[in-house]
Amino acid sequence: MHTPSDSTEFDPDDEFIQRAAQQAVDRHRSQKGNLLPILHDVQHALGCIPSSAVATLASALQLSRAEIHGVISFYAHFRSERPCPILLEVCRAEACQAMGGDALADHARRRLGCDFHQSAANGSATLEPVYCLGLCAQSPAVMVNGKPYARMSADKLDLVLAAEGC
Amino acid sequence: MNTRIFVPRDTAAIAVGADDVASAITAQAQALGLDVQIVRNGSRGLLWLETLVEIDTPAGRIAYGPVQADDVPGLFEAGWLDGSPHPLRHGPTDEIPYLKNQERLTFARVGIIDPLSLADYQAHGGYAGLRNALAMAPEAIVGEVVDSGLRGRGGAAFPTGIKWKTVLATPALQKYVVCNADEGDSGTFSDRLLMEGDPYTLIEGMTIAGIAVGANYGYVYVRSEYPYAVDVLARAIEQARRTGWLGSDIQGSGRAFDMEVRTAAGAYICGEETSLLESLEGKRGLVRAKPPLPAIQGLFGQPTVINNVISLASVPIILDKGAAYYRDYGMGRSRGTLPFQLAGNLKRGGLVEKAFGLTLRQLLFDFGGGSASGRPLRAVQVGGPLGAYLPESQWDVPLDYEAYMGISAMLGHGGLVAFDDTVDMAGMAQYAMEFCAVESCGKCTPCRVGAVRGVEVIQKIRRDDQREHQVHLLRDLCDTMFSGSLCALGGMTPYPVLSALNHFPQDFGLPATQPASDEATA
Repeated sequence: MHTPSDSTEFDPDDEFIQRAAQQAVDRHRSQKGNLLPILHDVQHALGCIPSSAVATLASALQLSRAEIHGVISFYAHFRSERPCPILLEVCRAEACQAMGGDALADHARRRLGCDFHQSAANGSATLEPVYCLGLCAQSPAVMVNGKPYARMSADKLDLVLAAEGC
Repeated sequence: MNTRIFVPRDTAAIAVGADDVASAITAQAQALGLDVQIVRNGSRGLLWLETLVEIDTPAGRIAYGPVQADDVPGLFEAGWLDGSPHPLRHGPTDEIPYLKNQERLTFARVGIIDPLSLADYQAHGGYAGLRNALAMAPEAIVGEVVDSGLRGRGGAAFPTGIKWKTVLATPALQKYVVCNADEGDSGTFSDRLLMEGDPYTLIEGMTIAGIAVGANYGYVYVRSEYPYAVDVLARAIEQARRTGWLGSDIQGSGRAFDMEVRTAAGAYICGEETSLLESLEGKRGLVRAKPPLPAIQGLFGQPTVINNVISLASVPIILDKGAAYYRDYGMGRSRGTLPFQLAGNLKRGGLVEKAFGLTLRQLLFDFGGGSASGRPLRAVQVGGPLGAYLPESQWDVPLDYEAYMGISAMLGHGGLVAFDDTVDMAGMAQYAMEFCAVESCGKCTPCRVGAVRGVEVIQKIRRDDQREHQVHLLRDLCDTMFSGSLCALGGMTPYPVLSALNHFPQDFGLPATQPASDEATA
């Protein structure tokens, strides 16, 4: 029988995950209130914060798994599942709305064939909303895999996505 | 001859291709056998001109913009290294009216210096304020900040010096300085421009705060949407530490102060000071009830100065030139300058640092050049997602904390987002409630539940489902959120909602009569 908590099952990724979690803890051991820096490091290394890493972090930091899960789920930036190779974040805030941001968001939805917080059916890209990239004088703005793009249009977005292989 | 070429590395420039421009310049100069040195400066804040490239000529810095990588060969051909004419040339940067008509105190160095060069920083007056502070008693430093009239630039406008005084007077073995760089408001980017363009100013301001109140450690809490700002600050802190501007014995003074950058994680609510402190402690960003004030029991339960980036970055010039110099700018109880951020549907968006007292109309038209779309401007949201929407009849009210409070609006962090006449204000009111629902920390009921109900009620108004009755409910709900929320998120979401309803009733399907009394808001 397989259950999600069946820890005896061999998972080739697990060792990698444990090592990333342990390294993050070691790196920030001397800092007070270090949970956010640790979670950032884990997500940077693994693309997300998998539940098996949470268990390691909990025992290393003497917190409950629920406490760590509570922190992960509170912050929009932290993910429990790995996104597609292309992470497209479209700004949905007021300044972008004033410059056609809603139309751009609709275009992104159509282009990827999915809604916000979802991924394209072919697994190429994940679409996320973001509330302000601080590029409000050059709206609308998006971020693709952490790189900012301002004064976007539907055509420009297509070019950027195509350049990323989408 | 070696010509210096300034190509901004600010996110605003990178987002429109500045890195490609820099590469194109290097490649073209090499091909032509010309000796150029590229300096990656901050942004001048003339954001419609980004990428704004400046050539250092004997006649001063000459501006060209907006430059795309494709323009570079033609610019060399036109002789831009000598400052020659070209359709993209704007003449000496300092003479561009948008820049010339500003009063840059806090942003004096931004865009001018190499952000990470300590030599450049000091050559332009950097660390003069801290040098003065190191020779002063803590009470005298705090007194100077009190006398300057500086108020919290994050939005709440609480007098900075008074906050410091409380921390100084609270005995503790450990105190902290926390910088709130969780600049989440739409329409604002001044914190980012400063951190990326002149990070040592913030470090200097925090160091002064530390020695003034007896805190030896500081945190800058920067939003995760600003990865470049995090990187620039981390490198600047490292260099300041290496050169003895941070550490256990600052420049041989015997005073100690050190600091680190912390990256936020995408929660708007963490811009609220107590929620930010929870986040720094490694917890969910739930708002704390006040009292106790953070100045008495803040980070890890210790007395904590918590100020916005612009407040802290304004401290060095106050300690350098004196409280009176800063206080002489401004009007009424709003002293000094505010870096206004012109955003949304404007022809010339960017950063305008001016003394308090000018009007929105001046910013929108004299600086902003009117709408980008060419259509009439209709509404301007001032102060972020929790700020009111102002109709044209209010654009001549002086930009001053008290004057804005008088019209049930707020200056906040100085951001303004302009909308043309295609905007649906009922839609914007609904968005304000949706935003509050998404970003609520969930601790108090008026905000957590009120925002969700607010969205539903506005939807009903928009589809004419018992419209009059729902409008009454919406006002009642706003009153509950305003009076009963724990922090400004729930407490101020009524500002954009009610200002939209009062000033633009026709968008809600209501008769365009006299706007309802402003007292309904407050």
